[in-house]
Amino acid sequence: MTKKQNRIVSNLYIFIIMAFLYVPILVMIIYSFNNSKSRGAWSGFTWKWYSDLFQNDAIMTALTTTLIVAVVSSLIATVLGTAAAIGIHAMKKRSRTVIMNFTYLPVMSPEIIMGVSLMLLFVLFQVKFSLLTIIAAHITFNVPYIILSVMPKLRQMDVHLYEAAMDLGCTPLQAFLKVMLPEIMPGIITGCLIAFTFSLDDFNVSYFVSGERAQTLPVLIYSMTRKRVSPEINALSAIIFVVVLAVLIIVNVNDVRREKKQQRGGRHA
Amino acid sequence: MRKRISLCLLSLLLIAFLILSTGGSCRLPSGVTVSADPASEVAGANAIDGSANVSDASDETSNSGSEADSSDTLPFSDDWDDYPYDEQYYSQLRGQGTSINFYNWGENIADGSDGFVDIISEFEALTDIRVYYTNFATNEELYAKLKSGAASYDVIVPSDYMVARMIKEDMLLPLNYENLPNVRYMDPAFMDPVYDPGSIYSLPYDWNTVGLIYNTKLVDEPPDSWGVLWDERYAGNILMFNNSRDAFGLTLKYLGYSLNTEDPDELREAAELLKQQKPLVQAYVMDQMFDKMENDEAAIATYYSGDALLIDNENIAIAIPKEGTNQFVDAVCIPAVAKNKLGAEMFINFLNEPTINAQNVEFIGYATANLAAYSLLDEELRSDPVLYPPQEVLDNSEMFINLSDETNLLLDQLWTEVMASNKNILSWGILPGATIFAIVAAKAWYRRKTALRHHYMTEDIL
Repeated sequence: MTKKQNRIVSNLYIFIIMAFLYVPILVMIIYSFNNSKSRGAWSGFTWKWYSDLFQNDAIMTALTTTLIVAVVSSLIATVLGTAAAIGIHAMKKRSRTVIMNFTYLPVMSPEIIMGVSLMLLFVLFQVKFSLLTIIAAHITFNVPYIILSVMPKLRQMDVHLYEAAMDLGCTPLQAFLKVMLPEIMPGIITGCLIAFTFSLDDFNVSYFVSGERAQTLPVLIYSMTRKRVSPEINALSAIIFVVVLAVLIIVNVNDVRREKKQQRGGRHA
Repeated sequence: MRKRISLCLLSLLLIAFLILSTGGSCRLPSGVTVSADPASEVAGANAIDGSANVSDASDETSNSGSEADSSDTLPFSDDWDDYPYDEQYYSQLRGQGTSINFYNWGENIADGSDGFVDIISEFEALTDIRVYYTNFATNEELYAKLKSGAASYDVIVPSDYMVARMIKEDMLLPLNYENLPNVRYMDPAFMDPVYDPGSIYSLPYDWNTVGLIYNTKLVDEPPDSWGVLWDERYAGNILMFNNSRDAFGLTLKYLGYSLNTEDPDELREAAELLKQQKPLVQAYVMDQMFDKMENDEAAIATYYSGDALLIDNENIAIAIPKEGTNQFVDAVCIPAVAKNKLGAEMFINFLNEPTINAQNVEFIGYATANLAAYSLLDEELRSDPVLYPPQEVLDNSEMFINLSDETNLLLDQLWTEVMASNKNILSWGILPGATIFAIVAAKAWYRRKTALRHHYMTEDIL
């Protein structure tokens, strides 16, 4: 096989993978403009679902709830998880292994188990289901992901950096904020984003702990299945997809621009 | 580095904020859009000045309807202006900042789309009671949420058999009919149902039947019996309920038994029949039925008749088999955990305002038990034999009642047996099985080959 053939095959492979990932989303976006409620037959172009979407109180309330839960729970989980990771990292090897295995456990076990057990816990302590229980539940399943993404960064970090900072006159707090935190920040960001995503599309846990005043978007969509899922949901998903895509592009373009700037700056220096 | 991180964080917050703010800004105009929509504007204005509450659009339809038929046969007036809200009644809780929690099936109330009234907003404006609205997908989900005791609802909409179960377990409050003046519009035929004798705890929200939905292009002759579901001619073209109670219900009806039978032998017989049917069934589905029928992917499906009217395919027709069917009722109840019973009753009464109820059942696609609302509906809907089947069909039909725990357990077991029976498992198991075998075999062969090669290589060297 020549090099060129190789390239064609690998490009084809990438194309297939990309199609596999994005064709469903593309179809969904196309059908968000479909004039009928059908998910199969095309019957003309319309913006109807987009305008209906913003007037549908049930969907907008659920969306707001979902976003509040995702933002709050991922931020709190990030703080808790980072602190936990630093603590675990400072432990002796054996206890560290034990704790890390306990951290893996909720990640490995099916989500439904966590949903049911959290529900039972809330019922046992007579906590009423509300927005707060959903947030608490989401923090619970998010913390392990933060720990798991911060730990490798801590392991990569030079252990002496922190001590060096103290030698050079930092207080422990300053050493943590100015030396340690920037070093592990990429791990924290990754963890936070993972937590945000998990929280955004979680169904199992929210289903069990949502109450009479707050329900998240996935729970609402599931409830539509006796009738049929409204195309407004297609429209909403399309909007979310486009917003996320736009943000990703902006961030990446910015990154590239800054890198170029840095390179240029480096050359000048 | 730090800049990049803060940028990431910022953008994350930005997404959230962006989406939140679009949500927020759309909410703001939603107050305005109410007035942009002519129908609700009139309704809203009228609610304030205390006169009748009729929307323009619906007024028109009712006029055209009333010209078409002889209104003297109707039990109540078909003039939308004849049903003003009782302002005094609805202002009882004004200014007290009360609220109710309403738990309903998804997509099961007119929400302002397609020109229908937004019932919840209308009620909030009229009574000053805030409504918190959430949804469930199955009766069992509703039951579990209530039973947990950690969620308190004021108005719920269980189906018939679940009402019976909740009554048995003391989970409902008796309705105070003094607070429900609109009961006068209810159809007496629905006021003493088997699931709630004496209608002490529930009022019907909507009702419907289970029917045979078929595609006239793909079916030789219109079916009139459940037997068509066992017809070899339609092998691979049949869609069946994916829930045990409905699937067993129609099978029992086909066998001539009651769909509430507790006799294990009759249930076993039905299970046998369902197992026999399995090779003919294309899929066991619920709402996927809509798309499959819409695209001519199946010839016959079992579903709730009213939903078939929502299928976007001109060849779709509905038959209610001669053996009789399941007539089901979704009923509004007040659970025992309710905190605002008066508010809940006002809401139930509001749901039975003829103008509101008529629009609501039209939105949902099921039938109403409110005779005044029925009178307001278009002639076309009223005379629809699918929505309002003739009396002899209803005489043959039964409502679900709550079964004993043993029967429920047996039903679950039998349904699992049906689902697990036949070669179906084998047929979907073959492909992954073969793949795994192929991978293992290929690996073993490759290993042997390399091992042999190594063997020869070492021999060569030696």
